[in-house]
Amino acid sequence: MTVVTNHRLGEDALKEKGWFGSHKWLILRRVSQIFFLSLFFVGPLTGFWLVKGNLAGSLTLDFLPLTDPLMLVQSFFAGHSIATDALIGAAIVIVAYALLGGRTYCSWVCPINVVTDASNWLRQRMGLKGGVQLSRKARYWVLAMCVVASAATGAIVWEMVNPITILQRGLIFGVGFAWAVVLAVFLFDLFVSRRGWCSHLCPVGAFYSLIGLLSLTRVSAVRRSACNNCMDCYAVCPEPQVISPALKGEEKEVGPIILSSDCTNCGRCIDVCAPDVFEFTNRFNGEVEPSAPALKEAA
Amino acid sequence: MSKSIPSRAQGSGSSRRQFLADSARTACGVGVFGLGLGLYANSAKSKPATALRPPGAGLEKDFLGSCIRCGLCVRDCPWGTLRLSELGDDVSVGTPYFVAREVPCEMCDDIPCVPACPTGALDQALTNIDDARMGLAVLIDQEACLNFLGLRCDVCYRVCPVIDKAITLERLHNFRTNKHTMFIPTVHSDHCTGCGKCERSCVLPTAAIRVLPHKLAKGKIGEHYRLGWKEKEKKGEALVKGIVDTPDRLPSTLPNGVGGGGQ
Repeated sequence: MTVVTNHRLGEDALKEKGWFGSHKWLILRRVSQIFFLSLFFVGPLTGFWLVKGNLAGSLTLDFLPLTDPLMLVQSFFAGHSIATDALIGAAIVIVAYALLGGRTYCSWVCPINVVTDASNWLRQRMGLKGGVQLSRKARYWVLAMCVVASAATGAIVWEMVNPITILQRGLIFGVGFAWAVVLAVFLFDLFVSRRGWCSHLCPVGAFYSLIGLLSLTRVSAVRRSACNNCMDCYAVCPEPQVISPALKGEEKEVGPIILSSDCTNCGRCIDVCAPDVFEFTNRFNGEVEPSAPALKEAA
Repeated sequence: MSKSIPSRAQGSGSSRRQFLADSARTACGVGVFGLGLGLYANSAKSKPATALRPPGAGLEKDFLGSCIRCGLCVRDCPWGTLRLSELGDDVSVGTPYFVAREVPCEMCDDIPCVPACPTGALDQALTNIDDARMGLAVLIDQEACLNFLGLRCDVCYRVCPVIDKAITLERLHNFRTNKHTMFIPTVHSDHCTGCGKCERSCVLPTAAIRVLPHKLAKGKIGEHYRLGWKEKEKKGEALVKGIVDTPDRLPSTLPNGVGGGGQ
């Protein structure tokens, strides 16, 4: 979905809330992404092994095991009985993301998000339009394909091409040609398909989507009556289809919570919204704030 | 693939058709991608013979289904032996391996890389490093090996952590000089762990002894073969009694004056 707006994206929010106010969640997200990546560098650089391993599997302070659950699903279908350490690690990851929002992984941890965000930023800057329209359901097909292919070959197939772990492992253990995969994703999103990778094809995102089906942390269009239809949230959102039901649900008596598990909890809608319609809340907080008259006037 | 969710305003028949067409397109696209990925995954199983897996790794096909490429074994290897394959290496991307000629396995008593593995890709049941089978040393070039040339290099034998079991020096007559003995380094597969120290320390510019994966290094005799002398040993006496042992007939002098006549 490409949304055409007649002003620059985020202009109103910038005027209304200042630079920091209109980039708060973006900054926090970048800090988080850098934080999670840098955790893995403490050991190799200082000799103090805060976190060993990488996003596929890690051990924090020689105590806390974490494992990528999708990897174990593939390993299971490849016919391998998985050891307890890995199962505990995966269970912790699943519970954490079930609470925080499955695709919170995508926008707050995954290093490829920085690449595709950069690609999308450049795409907007260069005014590139069009490209291949992929189905947003394609990622679930890719996910299913990974499981089938793992069962057929007996190998963890997605790891052969997964740009997330190839990039992150490359940065930590040695780059090789990892840059080529990253470049491919960047160019794919830039020229071939808008937000093609993260929002349409990546099976890791699809898997975290499933984990986050009942996620506790959600964004709510709590002040949706103040919406001035500037469309900036749609333009900035990597998954704009998730917004409408919540934002425009008043007549249909749909609650203000963005319940779609496609939502990555990136918080950019909160940033770019001048009337501050959105905020983070939990999925059970269906309250809608009556609009403040001042905000309505501004609209 | 699909443009958008078909509008409800359309007739249900056409929207269903549209939905099916879109799904088929996506499924076919992903299917082709999957086929390529599967073929790639299959070809990745044939790793180069010089890449050895850490101790406790099973068959390559099982290893690729269980190793999550986290690198924890690499981190816990105190000798910097193990490394993760980088994209572009011949080894399946992200998996741990070592190259014996560069840094061999030091065969730590506590095998730290094995308990580090969270998935069991490295078999936790391996507690004695002498039971590890990372590969099998093979004296692959008898033409270049100094001991085969009649010299006393012996380095592969000396450095072997399982000396006198995994590698022994077997004595053979040196027919070239006709008065010396050749000490032939001989690998025994029931003790060789495949650590690679012999290959690492081979003094030649290119090693004459190499550690190879078992499937390349080992032959196998037929299931039905019975080795008479072993059967006899097992039974403790001759299998068939009453066989007349006729004398071996040898020429009274062998060529080059070796030997000393028959019986």
